[in-house]
Amino acid sequence: MTPVDPGGICEAVLDAVGGHAEAEVTAVVGGRALTRFANSHIHQNVAEELVTTSVKVCVEGRQASASSTMAATNPRALADKALSAARLRPVDEGWPGLAEGPASNSIDHFNLDTAQAGPELRAGVVSDFVNAGTDSLSAGFFSTSSASVAFANSAGHRSSGRTADAMVEGIHRRGLAAGRGWQRAVAVNEIDGSLSGRTAFEKATAGMEASELPPGHYEVILEPGCVADILDFLSWYGFNAKAHAEGQSFAELGQATFAPSISIYDDATDIASTGLGFDAEGTAKARLDLVSQGVVAALPHDRRTARAAGTQSTGHAVAGGESFGPLCTNLFLAPGVTTPSAMVASVKRGLLVTELWYTRILDPKTQVVTGLTRNGLFLIENGAVVGAVRNLRFTQSYVDALGPDNVVAVGNDARLAISGSVVPSLHLASWNFTGGAQG
Amino acid sequence: MFDYATAAVEGALAAGATYADARAVVGTTEYLGARNGVLEQLDQSESAGVGVRALIGSSWGFYAVPAPTDTEARSAGERAAEIAKASALVAGPLLSLADVEAVEAHWESGWHEHPDEVSLAEKADLVVAVTSDMAASPGIAVAEAGVVSWNTRKWFVSSQGHRISQHIVECGASMSATAVGRHETQRRSYGGRGQYATRGWEMVRETDLAAHCTRVADEAAALLTAPECPEGHVDLILGSEQLALQIHESVGHAIELDRILGWEAAFAGTSFLDLATLGEFRYGSALMNITADATLSGALGSFGYDDEGTPAQRVDIVREGVWVGVLSGRDCAAMTGLPPGGMVRADGYARLPMVRMTNVGLLAGDSSLEEIIAATDDGVLMDTNRSWSIDDRRLNFQFGCEIGWEIKAGRRRRMVRNPTYTGITPTFWAGLDMVAGPDEWVHWGVPNCGKGQPEQVGHTGHPAAPARFRNVRVGVRG
Repeated sequence: MTPVDPGGICEAVLDAVGGHAEAEVTAVVGGRALTRFANSHIHQNVAEELVTTSVKVCVEGRQASASSTMAATNPRALADKALSAARLRPVDEGWPGLAEGPASNSIDHFNLDTAQAGPELRAGVVSDFVNAGTDSLSAGFFSTSSASVAFANSAGHRSSGRTADAMVEGIHRRGLAAGRGWQRAVAVNEIDGSLSGRTAFEKATAGMEASELPPGHYEVILEPGCVADILDFLSWYGFNAKAHAEGQSFAELGQATFAPSISIYDDATDIASTGLGFDAEGTAKARLDLVSQGVVAALPHDRRTARAAGTQSTGHAVAGGESFGPLCTNLFLAPGVTTPSAMVASVKRGLLVTELWYTRILDPKTQVVTGLTRNGLFLIENGAVVGAVRNLRFTQSYVDALGPDNVVAVGNDARLAISGSVVPSLHLASWNFTGGAQG
Repeated sequence: MFDYATAAVEGALAAGATYADARAVVGTTEYLGARNGVLEQLDQSESAGVGVRALIGSSWGFYAVPAPTDTEARSAGERAAEIAKASALVAGPLLSLADVEAVEAHWESGWHEHPDEVSLAEKADLVVAVTSDMAASPGIAVAEAGVVSWNTRKWFVSSQGHRISQHIVECGASMSATAVGRHETQRRSYGGRGQYATRGWEMVRETDLAAHCTRVADEAAALLTAPECPEGHVDLILGSEQLALQIHESVGHAIELDRILGWEAAFAGTSFLDLATLGEFRYGSALMNITADATLSGALGSFGYDDEGTPAQRVDIVREGVWVGVLSGRDCAAMTGLPPGGMVRADGYARLPMVRMTNVGLLAGDSSLEEIIAATDDGVLMDTNRSWSIDDRRLNFQFGCEIGWEIKAGRRRRMVRNPTYTGITPTFWAGLDMVAGPDEWVHWGVPNCGKGQPEQVGHTGHPAAPARFRNVRVGVRG
């Protein structure tokens, strides 16, 4: 397609809205590609061009949103759609108004090589992953994406930024055993398919001839992929000012809910992170400490929840957030000093967990979650991994898991997870496994 | 729009594809959501574009462009072929397609009242009134309701001569009430996610959200003080809402042929089913009769032709407890020698078509919920899904429901909160011994089935009636 300027689209849509309403516009122009492999060969290989524009208008307190893939050629149609819808709805008493003034920051999680990666490069990384194993079946994906994003509103606020992202994730299977390897980076040249493939193959090999273990409470070492899952749930249902206002969040400001070794923050400005430097309302992002040494310190806000709470937006608005509330998208769990091997060495009897799978929340307030282990579960006895274990089901409160008496150590191995969080391993005193392969 | 799809196919063939097809898709989605009597969301989205896939060797190449010109559509076809060629660096066995008659056709889903003909004001009034009503009930902290409509036009062209257009209208409605206690929340809803159908606005009117306000709100509040679901092994009675999800997770995904072949192994997972046992494997009791029926009028998983141009069809999946069928598309059918099932669909123009559930449902039996309760000495009745989790082979599952009732000596007793149950798929289905009849058989729609990478959201249907399962572990908690 002819290159399209997202800033130009925003201005065209704002022009089309004219003086009829307050308005904010976001335009995304970019591309995504994903090479997928299974049974050790590439079977699905896709790419797409992206041009999406969303507009939110507010006509005398009546707000509506619309989006389109065609605004670059027909901005007026998009503006008219939103305006006509807004005029028909009731007044929105919670409308917080528009972000004002220039508030852009210098965040630029972008890499030109990632943006220009083609199918041959992606196939090469896949080849490296696949060839890292022998006598195994591999499956997974390698993706690259990039985008230029512009935000503009009728109050004069302008923000723009670029993103790039590359990730490889896959498994090697040997019989019923599987191991997982993954890596995510802004720069595609940092992705090492061989390394991820080798990790997956070694886990799969170690997982062969797994034994069955009875359900119960076990001491665990959770690898970073598991910890990212915990952070996602704490964030979606807990660190959310809207859920908090409605009484559905576990979070109580100032309360020592977690162990003193647990500090959680959101920081799009960190070089280890990905994404944009501003949120869906144009507010600049900055570091926000959610948990400081176990104490709940702050909640993320968008403009709507901030207005209701009498505070300022923290830059955590997301598209569609009127319903769900503000969300953190650049989470960090601060690393500790313990190496993963030292964690294993300190366990008398416990489990090393590679991945948590199909996790679903039973109740957002208690944060009780059920799910299963996957792609590598190993028994530790007397400080050493002694064998593989068949996957187990767990039913565990994620808040309790990080509670004051349950965190033994925090790893020094923090890394960018596929989910976008930067997380280390965790050594926990207890984890509630409620079922085995036989139910 | 046929011209754009044709140009894309021509571009792919010129660049070396042995087969190519393309879909031009124009779709709109409208969603209105209210919370506690306030209209919270009014979103309208539209997308238009062309997605083209090219087959070379062992791999599909796919490329999608928004709102293309003729030249851009042709270029997209060329890019799809280039991507497929690059796959040769990590090649597998040659991929072929099962034969399907190339047809020129047009199909429209039925609707009596197109959702665009209903004013936004009326839609807004509905969700605002429903949430106001529920929020006014004692103990309700959050009342939510939403209505959604999808209006999709597709033009499909293949290098084998297909030329098919379709116009599909789908609608849905949802509502829930949440009571917040000191230590936990309790939620009741209509249908969990709501109800959805390949029908017009008449479906929303028939759902009659307003009629459910009092029950939904009262039950949510009552659950906060209800006793916990007992632990142990009992007879489990599932309402049709929950059974629909049980079918989706423990049958629908397990019978996807692409999963069985390992094509989804890294993400969604594989299946415990082994093709070598097709026609012999005992999936459940003799009362278990499952079909995948894309011809079911008005159900969410219905259509005229799938996104490979194969006509919609009804396929037996489990017959009297024996596994006899799969969900398939042309490529995986050719690989296994099975007939193509016409079950390949894509989430919009920008995604590669893949095997998706149609309407995978349990055929009605000859009992009724009241008869099932009366025949149960010690059991729990559960309904409406609240949480769902199943392993990557679709064997080990645990589901939580919104509400439960103890059943003792053939009578419904006290309400219980946080009801959960867990099991192993074939063992669980082997315990099926009573199924309610056609009067209680409901075509539940699931609008959020996730699968594939990049992830796609699919619309599926799951006809179900209340049923009983013997000796199930219930009351699992953290």
